[in-house]
Amino acid sequence: MDPILVLEQSLNGLQFGLMLFLLAAGLTLVFGIMDMINLAHGSLYMIGAYLAAAVAMATGSFWLAVAVAMGGTAVIGVVLEVTLLRRLYQRDHLHQVLATFALILMSNEAVRMIWGPTALALDPPPSLAGPVELLPGLYYPAFRLVIIGVGLLVAVLLYFLVSHTRLGMLVRAGASNREMARAMGVRVSLVFTIVFAIGAALCALAGAMLGPLFAVQVGMGESILILAFVVIVIGGIGSIRGALVGALLVGMVDTVGRTFLPMWLRAVLPPTVASNLGPALASVLIYVLMAGVLFWRPQGLFPARG
Amino acid sequence: MGALLEIGQLTAGYGATQVLFGIDLAVGEREVTTLLGRNGMGKTTTIRTLMGLARATGGTIRFRGERIDNLAPERIARMGLAVVPEGRQIFPNLSVEENLRAFAGNRCAAADPWTLDRVYAFLPRLQERRRNMGNQLSGGEQQMLAIGRALMTNPHLLILDEATEGLAPLVREDIWQCLHTLAAQGQAILVIDKYVTRLIALAHRHTIIERGRVVWSGTSAALDADHGVWHRYLGV
Repeated sequence: MDPILVLEQSLNGLQFGLMLFLLAAGLTLVFGIMDMINLAHGSLYMIGAYLAAAVAMATGSFWLAVAVAMGGTAVIGVVLEVTLLRRLYQRDHLHQVLATFALILMSNEAVRMIWGPTALALDPPPSLAGPVELLPGLYYPAFRLVIIGVGLLVAVLLYFLVSHTRLGMLVRAGASNREMARAMGVRVSLVFTIVFAIGAALCALAGAMLGPLFAVQVGMGESILILAFVVIVIGGIGSIRGALVGALLVGMVDTVGRTFLPMWLRAVLPPTVASNLGPALASVLIYVLMAGVLFWRPQGLFPARG
Repeated sequence: MGALLEIGQLTAGYGATQVLFGIDLAVGEREVTTLLGRNGMGKTTTIRTLMGLARATGGTIRFRGERIDNLAPERIARMGLAVVPEGRQIFPNLSVEENLRAFAGNRCAAADPWTLDRVYAFLPRLQERRRNMGNQLSGGEQQMLAIGRALMTNPHLLILDEATEGLAPLVREDIWQCLHTLAAQGQAILVIDKYVTRLIALAHRHTIIERGRVVWSGTSAALDADHGVWHRYLGV
């Protein structure tokens, strides 16, 4: 096996995993603290990407676009939480799924009305458009390296926020035992609104950073939302550390599986069977991973409760 | 002694099942009061309703003169009520020190408030275990942590629900010592427990409930003198 290819695909997996983490971090806290299934989390990712693309087109500055997208999406997230989602916390999961699914449809339609049905292009900053030679023979896109850097930076910041600040203590307390946290005087709903704002901003960051790699289009939130749910189930609902480990696992397994599984199959199976089976198997690999984790650790890798 | 907490004709339940049928209970400033009764008679429901964790369907709860029945639990807690709940309910994913620091405050505006250092001096075992996570503690250590956690909020009223349950005799003795020290410092306490002789030594007044109703209340001396009450309502 070509070591350059292995290294390159590992970097891709790391990069995708870190972006998944940005989405999963908010999702796992929302689910963990309020026991709320928010399918519209992926819509915030889409809205963030569209805001970024629109601002980048208008101003020409990618980083300004990222900042505006994060701020704007955080505001939209807070408005959504205070006006609508807050009413759903006490309802059962079916109501939450129905209501937030309606939000997906509405935000998809709204985005279509504002920006039209065709995908938008979001270009990386020109200075980062080219490749960098990491090792002799290993050229890697500079922008993807920046994505990895941003992902790692956010992971470190979130880790500090959750494990070394009082807000983080209250978030963890609320995630493990909401009733007891309230009985100790924690204004869980205020903590939660803050968490929701941060989660929405991270969605927008992921949307803006992945925009140049994938198309910015209606429906982009749904496919990645499913992956984000896989991540938080593997990592353990409500755990930031679990979300990070789960996201890296899913990112790696998905990326590396799609590249190497077909190659390995070609080595042992007839070419036609291998070329049919390879992509199919690769796309279910993360679900096999999830099933395996749930079989050995039904609570996920780092459960926040009990 | 002014009344710190006054519960009048409190009724409550879960769904269609009524559990409390008119509870009267008062705790004065600097006073230790107990709530006694066999299992399933409504003691924990009384505490949960008091803390805003279960709905009161009737009656009143006054704390420092203000109505608090059916306020949100976080508002009640911030007014200066702290509970050491049944089963301790330590946050397993917070370290010992975080369990203490996360909720710290001076809710009763004490001149000499409980701080991390004071809690560690009072419960030295916690200092030894300060870096451990909540789920790595023994039952007795968890109980001390639950008490320390409540003290760190500097409550007007400390509520203990079955604080000695499931502990080894020596550890239980440590907890009783803690409670005596707190009582001597003038901390108002409402305590639920089943060791009547120990409670008579600790508390000033007692209320016994049976099937959600108050069946006896009086001073330690009166309870000590009437062992018939023990047999009838407490099964001792």
